[in-house]
Amino acid sequence: MDLSVISPAVLLASLMVAATPILLAAIGELVCEKSGVLNLGVEGMMITGAICGFAMAVETGSPLVGFLGAAAGGALLALLFGVLTQLLLANQVASGLALTLFGIGISALIGQGYRGVKPPPTTRLDLGPLSEIPFLGRLLFSHDWVVYFGLALTLGVWLFLRYSRAGLVLRAVGESHDAAHALGYKVVAIRFAAIAFGGACAGLGGAYLSLVRVPQWTDGMTAGAGWIALAIVVFGSWRPGRILLGAYLFGGMTVLQLNLQAAQLPVPVEVLSMSPFVLTIVVLVIMSAGRGRASTAAPAMLGRVFHASS
Amino acid sequence: MSEAEPLLRIEGLTKAYPGVVANSDVSFSVGPGRVHALLGENGAGKSTLVKMIYGLVRPDAGRMQLNGAPYAPPNPNAARASGVAMVFQHFSLFDALDVAENVALGMENPPPRRALAQRIREVSQAYGLPLDPARTVGDLSAGERQRVEIVRCLLQSPKLLIMDEPTSVLTPQEVEILFATLRQLAAEGTAILYISHKLEEIRSLCDGATILRLGKVVANCTPAEVSARELAEMMVGQTLITPTRAAAEGGKVVLEVSGLSLRPATPFGTSLKDIGFSVRAGEVLGIGGVAGNGQDELLAVLSGEAPVAAGAVRVDGRDVGALGPVERRRLGLLAAPEERLGHAAAPDMSLTENAMLTGSGRMGLETRGFLDWRKARVFAERIIAEFDVRTPGPSHAARSLSGGNLQKFVIGREILQEPRVLVVNQPTWGVDASAAASIRQALLDLAARGAAIVVISQDLDELMEISDRFCALNEGRLSPPRPAKGLSVEEIGLMLGGAHDLEAAHGTA
Repeated sequence: MDLSVISPAVLLASLMVAATPILLAAIGELVCEKSGVLNLGVEGMMITGAICGFAMAVETGSPLVGFLGAAAGGALLALLFGVLTQLLLANQVASGLALTLFGIGISALIGQGYRGVKPPPTTRLDLGPLSEIPFLGRLLFSHDWVVYFGLALTLGVWLFLRYSRAGLVLRAVGESHDAAHALGYKVVAIRFAAIAFGGACAGLGGAYLSLVRVPQWTDGMTAGAGWIALAIVVFGSWRPGRILLGAYLFGGMTVLQLNLQAAQLPVPVEVLSMSPFVLTIVVLVIMSAGRGRASTAAPAMLGRVFHASS
Repeated sequence: MSEAEPLLRIEGLTKAYPGVVANSDVSFSVGPGRVHALLGENGAGKSTLVKMIYGLVRPDAGRMQLNGAPYAPPNPNAARASGVAMVFQHFSLFDALDVAENVALGMENPPPRRALAQRIREVSQAYGLPLDPARTVGDLSAGERQRVEIVRCLLQSPKLLIMDEPTSVLTPQEVEILFATLRQLAAEGTAILYISHKLEEIRSLCDGATILRLGKVVANCTPAEVSARELAEMMVGQTLITPTRAAAEGGKVVLEVSGLSLRPATPFGTSLKDIGFSVRAGEVLGIGGVAGNGQDELLAVLSGEAPVAAGAVRVDGRDVGALGPVERRRLGLLAAPEERLGHAAAPDMSLTENAMLTGSGRMGLETRGFLDWRKARVFAERIIAEFDVRTPGPSHAARSLSGGNLQKFVIGREILQEPRVLVVNQPTWGVDASAAASIRQALLDLAARGAAIVVISQDLDELMEISDRFCALNEGRLSPPRPAKGLSVEEIGLMLGGAHDLEAAHGTA
C-alpha cells in the first residue's frame, strides 16, 4: 500500500469533476421538487441526456452542441412526465419510476451505433495565468466550462429561490397549490416549467458523464448517479448549499476510493465502491436530523396531484 | 340605497355546473363605503358568486360593473388590479413562508422586501392588527393568520373587499377588533361584501343584505331592521326550530380524562398540557377555544388516533389509553373530527364505503370477517334519510357533497351508532343555520338517550346553546369546567385567553 501516490491537488480537482454530473441533476430536481413535483425519473433523464449529448457531439463534432442536445433530450423526456402527471393526473411516483425504465431502454436503443466511438474532447477553459498558481491553479482553475457552469447554476438557483419573485411563486406553488391557484397563479404551467428545467439539468449531468468523465458510451452508464442525486436533494433538506456539499462529498469519496483501490488498500473493493453512497447519506442524514426547520423543509405539496376543481 | 353610483353592480349573473345551477339571474349592487351581507344556506351559491366577482370563475351569463365601467375579470390578478380584494374562508396562506412573503404573493407588484416589511408594519398598526413580517405563518394563531390575509388585502387599498366567513375562528374580542377595522375601512370609502352564517354579527355590522336560496336572490333587506330569526327564515324558506332539550339529571361518569399530556405530532401542532375533565351520561360538555389551541390533538387523543399513557383516558372506568380507534369504537367511544374531507370521510370513496369505515363494528356490517355491503348501503341510506343529507344516493363519492351535507352525513353516521360517548370537533363548521340546528338537536337527543357528549367548537353561540358545562382550551391547557348557564360573552372571551395582543383600531372607528 502506498498512499503517497495520491496527490491532494489532483484528488480535489478530480473531486470537482466527479461531483459535477450529480450536482447538475440534483439542482434540477431541487427546482422540480420545490414546485411540488416529485420526479423519480432523474436516472432515466440523465441517461437519455447522456446518449443524446453523445450522439449530437459525435455527429456535429462540437461538445457544446452535444450539451445543448442533452439538455433538450432530458427536458423532452421530462415533459412526457409532465403530461402524464400534470395533465392526465397520473401518480407521480409510478410515472417517475416508469420514466427511469423508459429512459434506460430508449438510451440503449439510440446508443446502438455509438458503442466504442470516441467523442470530441471538451476543452479546458483557458484561464491563463490563474491556472499557473501552485495547488489552487490545479484545483480551481483548470477545469472545463461545465464544472463552472454547475457551480454558477447552483448559485443562480439559490438566488432565484431566495430573492426573486418568480422563485417565491415557485415555492408557493410547492407549498400549497390550492392557495396559489386561489391567488391566480398558474399552477400547472409553473410546474411544467420546473419539470422541464429539472429534465434539462439531468440531461446535462448525463452528458457530462458520457462526454467528459468517462468519455464514451456504454449502456446503463449512469449507474445510479440519478438516484444519488435524488437522495442528495432530500437529505440536503432542499437547500442548494447542502446539495452542493452532498454532491462534493459523493464525488470526493468516489475519487478517493478509486485512488485507494489503486493504492492497494487492504479493504475489499466492494466496500470501497459502496463507501461514497454510505458516507454521503450518513453525513446528510446527520445534518438533516436536527430538530427545527431543517427537518420540515420538504415542500408541503410534494408528490400531490393538483386539479383546479374547487 | 339611494346614493348616486353603486361601486359594484351585478345584473343577471348566471353560472351552471353539470347538474346544478349555482347562480341563476343574480342581481344586486353595493355602494362605496357600504358593508353588504351575502346570506344563504350552504349550497345557495354565495361562494360561486364571490368567486365570479374575484375572477376565479367565469359567469355563463350576466354583467358586472365596477365604478360604472364594465367589469369581467378573467383571473384574480385582473380583479386585484381593478381594486377587488378577497379574504378567503379557508385561508389561502402558505405555512412554510413568512408573513412578508405571503403578503407579496397576494400583490400584483410588491415593493422590495424591506419596503414591504415596513408597509406591513405601518398598515397593520394603523388598523390595530399588529404583525411581525418576519414570522413564519405556520407558527401563527388562527386570528393572526387572518390578520395576514386582511393586511394583504389592505396593502392594495382595495375599493371592494370580499370577506368569506371571516369571524368563525376568532374570539369575541378579536371579532370586535375586526369589526372596528371594517367600520374604519367603510368610513374611508371601501365597500365590503361580507359572507357569514352569524346573523347577529351581520345585524350589527352590515348596512344591507342580499339573501340567496338555491342560487336565486330571494330577498333584499336591511339587517338591522329585521331579527336574526327572520333572516334565518328568509334563508331557509321555512320556519326555524330552535334546538330544545329536556332537562336531564347527570348520570354516572362515563368519560374520564386525567393528567393527559401529549407532545405534538406535527411541527406546527400544539402540545396538550395536563388536561383533565369528566363527562356524565346525558351530559354535554362544551370545549371552546380558538383554532390551533390543541383541539385537533385533543380529538385525536380521545378518538384513539394518538395513544397516550395508561390511565389518562377512561370509559366507564375502564382504561382505554392504549387502545386504538377500533377498540374504542367497540367500547362505545366514537369521534367525528373537524376536517370532513380526508379525516372524517375518505373523499373519493362512496357514502356507502364511508358508512362502512366507522360503522362496521357497531352496526354489525361484517359477518365472520367479510363485509356486508348490502347492510352498509342500508345504513348509509338511513343516515341520508334521517339527517336530510342532500345527495343523489349512497353510491356517490363523499367529495361530491357540499360541506354542510357531508357534515350531516358524518355526524349522522356516528349518532346512529348509538355511542356511549361521542366526541365531535366543530360539528357545524360551515353549515347553514337550519342544518346546524338539526345537527345540534340530534346531539341533544343523543344526550337525552343517555350518551355523554363532548363538543369541541369555536362557535360560542353553539356551545352556549347546547352545553351543560363549558371549558376553554387555550394553548393546550383546559380551564376548569363551569356551568354554561349564566356565563357572559365577556367571561368566555377571557377564558379563551382574551384577544391576545390585539388592540382597538387607531383613528376613527
